[in-house]
Parts: sequence; structure tokens; C-alpha cells
Amino acid sequence: MKDIHTFLCSAAESTQRHGPHDRIVMSSRVRLARNLREFSFPGWAKKPERVKVLETVLPAVSALPEMSDSFAEAMDNLTALDKQLLVERHLISREHAAKSVGSGLVVNRAETFSVMINEEDHLRMQALRPGFQTREAWQAVDKFDSALEKKLNFAFDNELGYLTACPTNIGTGIRVSAMLHLPGLVLSEQINPIVQSVNKLGLAVRGLYGEGTEALGNVFQVSNQMTLGESETVIVERLEKVLSQIIEHEENARQTLMEKKPKVVFNHIGRAYGILANAHSISSKETMNLLSFLRLGVDMDLFPGTQRSLVDELFLMTQPAHLQKQLSDKLSAEERDLVRADMVRERLKNVNRPVVKPSGSAAN
Amino acid sequence: MQCCVCKEKPATVHLTQIVGDKMQKLDLCEECAKAKGFNDPTNFGMADQMLGLGASLELDSAATGMELKCPRCGFSQADFKKSGRLGCPECYRTFAEGLSGLLKTMHKGTRHVGKAPEALRQSRDNVDRLKVLQKKLSKAVEDENYESAASLRDEIKLLGGAAAKIR
Repeated sequence: MKDIHTFLCSAAESTQRHGPHDRIVMSSRVRLARNLREFSFPGWAKKPERVKVLETVLPAVSALPEMSDSFAEAMDNLTALDKQLLVERHLISREHAAKSVGSGLVVNRAETFSVMINEEDHLRMQALRPGFQTREAWQAVDKFDSALEKKLNFAFDNELGYLTACPTNIGTGIRVSAMLHLPGLVLSEQINPIVQSVNKLGLAVRGLYGEGTEALGNVFQVSNQMTLGESETVIVERLEKVLSQIIEHEENARQTLMEKKPKVVFNHIGRAYGILANAHSISSKETMNLLSFLRLGVDMDLFPGTQRSLVDELFLMTQPAHLQKQLSDKLSAEERDLVRADMVRERLKNVNRPVVKPSGSAAN
Repeated sequence: MQCCVCKEKPATVHLTQIVGDKMQKLDLCEECAKAKGFNDPTNFGMADQMLGLGASLELDSAATGMELKCPRCGFSQADFKKSGRLGCPECYRTFAEGLSGLLKTMHKGTRHVGKAPEALRQSRDNVDRLKVLQKKLSKAVEDENYESAASLRDEIKLLGGAAAKIR
């Protein structure tokens, strides 16, 4: 059996994947929910039925050209650490990480496609892209789905569309989402009204790991909620419009902050650097929140010579499973805080204190 | 038709449920329906609507002594109330009545627009096309425009539909 740790590329390599507007849009994804006509939904099906679905779906998915270099495994063959690692990479949901017998996963090495089998639905297939590429992600997953429907008999109703375990996903079964880094809107206290107006448009704003999670590191997930009564293209286009507006607001907020309250910005970034570069014990939550300001500092040219990918790598590497993965012994949370701080200090050794007067174009 | 609960006032609220292969109907007057918590479809929040489905089911089981269950997977409305998820694709047919209000509050529309599996796309288009043709046909008959009616009938036949309206 393949080992997911060695199968996936390193955190450093994964941060080398770039896309349009990736200083604000960290990634885009489109997921489709599908079910097999003849079987009960995973939450209601008995174990033998779930196993049968897994045995039907897993080979069909693995055989697709997009999955020629893929990791395909039953969830009960993965350790808790494997699953947590997959969650931190956003390849599976936290709900799926809790699954065992009868559930499975297929993910390709490029991490552009991931299929959860027997999560809430028989299939949750998603296309992932770096940066702002929701349309590309939709086209990719659409093609993927069309190839799969030739092999699998999807539950579809002429009136209601694709049938899903939860009525909230029925119809297109689509969820279009983007992960946004919005420190400017948070610092300028504009985030709440923006979240509210986005909600009014029927879109959801969630935290880093989706449903029911907090916005660690000023990272927010924006996604559609309604799936019935509108076509996929209409849904994708609406999200694109809203995302473009949020990007604009974030850019404006950053610029305004630098003009009107430069001290607030320098203070946050300077303190974040100070703690990260000097701490000897730090939690993953604090690390993420401080790295967000370091990232903002890089975007604002306050750390000349430092790449954003270094921050993004640390963002991933300091999360519990990624950290534990590099160590031979199983550590407690307290011990991990020490190791985490050591690692961050080491990686920031060659990063100089933030400059106060920003150099280059970000100055105006 | 009289209300089946108070047996006095005329029934204006009608519920249908299918248990196994039997269909059961419930006819209530406004007041009894309200008393049972099944009324005023405009005033339902999403959470209420969720419960609304449960309430309508409870209402049914109270009247019939039986709970509506999906004939294919055995999923009941009580199960839906608990989890908010359904048992199998067939459940959407079984619980169609209770779900329609719920879907209305959740989504933009109640009819799917967008992608369909290739194999069904053709027949789906045909169904839509047939509906339009049937409408045109009855209009043509109404207008006594028999010439276009005849050609419409031929077109419907070609699509595999039954053009029973004109002889």
C-alpha cells in the first residue's frame, strides 16, 4: 500500500503552485455531490451496502485519466495522523476524516482532484486549483463527472436533479468555494459588514476548514449555498462576481490602512515577526494568526527578499499533523508547541526585521 | 368534503401519504390543520420547515396510526427529523409532499436547471419539448386550427408522445 505521506509532495513544493490573484485567493474549488441510484445514502446504509458502494466507486474513479497517478485507499486503512494530514491539505473534510469501514478516498498526486467516497454522499468529487480559478475548477470537475457517469448510474430526477442525502445539496449538487486571506478587512474592521452582505446574496462565509470552523489566520471560505433552481454556470458566475468584489475591498482596505493607520499595520506585522522569530513555545492557532500578518507584511513589501511561499509553507508545516509527520516520536500538544517554535525560529533566521518605510510600489 | 377530524367544517387542507403501496388521504379544515401545526406555509422559517415536515408526518401517523416509511429503504420521517438527511434516492418520492415546502425555503427554485447525465439529457429535453408541443396542440384545437394541429400531432408522435387530444 502507498503511504500518503510519501505520496503527496512536500509542503514546500505545494506552496510553489501559483494561480491568479493568489495573494488574496489562496485556492479555488468546485465540488459535486453524486449518489448511486440503487443504494441507500451512506448515513443510512448498513456496513455491507457501504462496502459495496466503495468497491463499485473506487475502481471507477481510479480508472479515470485524471487519476492515473493517484492514491486510492479505504479510510479504515489510514491512521488518524494520515487523515489529519489530508484535512490540513484540504483534500478531505473533517467529517470524512472521522469515517472508517466503507468509506474511501482517491486523490491525484498534483492535488487537483480529490474524491471522497461515502462521506455524506456516495461521491463528493472536487477539483482544486491554486488562486482564483473557480471557472477552471468547474470545467475540470464537469469533465470528470461526465466521464464518471458513463460507468456509474447516478441518482437523478427530472424535476429535482441530482439526488443527495441532504436536501440542501439537491439539484446541481455543486459547491463552488474559494479560500481567501483577508487581513486588511479584519484589521480595518470591515469584515463583519462584508460577511453580512455576502450572506444576503445567499452565499456562506466559513472558517479555514469549512463548516463550523473559525477563521484562523484571517482565512475565510466563501461558497454558494443554494443548489436547486439555478444552473452550475450561473452559480459559478455569481461567485466569481462576489469574489472579485471581495478582492477589490481587501486591496482597498490594505491601501487605506497604509495611508491612514500605518502604525496599526506596522505594529501588527512587527509584533507578529517578533513573536514568531523569538518564541520558544507556540500553539498552532497562535502561529496561524501571526503568520497571517507576516504574509500581509510580505504582500506589502515590508520583508524585502522574502517570498510569500515561505510563509505559506510555514502555515502548512506548523499545523499539528504536518508537524508530527516530521518527527519520529509521537509528541503531546505541549511538546509540539516547543518543536513548532524551534522550527519557526529556524526558518525565520534569515528573514530580517520588517522595514518601516515600505520600499517599491506598495508604498503608495 | 368534510374535515376528517372535527367532521363539521369543510376540508380545505389535503394531505396525501403513501405507505407501502397504499395511498392514504387526510382532509382537514383550516382550524384543525392549524391546531395540528400544519398551516400557513408562508410563515415558515427554515428550522420550522424542517419541523414542519416532522409535524405533517406526526399528523399523519396520529390519524392513521402508521408512520410514513420509504418502501425501499425503510427510512421514516422521524429519522429525517433526527438527522436532516434522507435514506435513499427513492425517499425524495416517498416524502415528496413534506419536502416540497422545505426545498422552496432552501433553494432558488424547485425545479432543477443545469447539468443532467448524458443518457437522460435526451429524454429530459424530449419531455420539455413534448410539454410545449402538447400545449400548442390544445391551443390549436381550441382555435379550430386543424391544419397546424395535425402537424403538431405528427411531431408529438415522432417524439414518442401520445397525442390523444385529437381524433
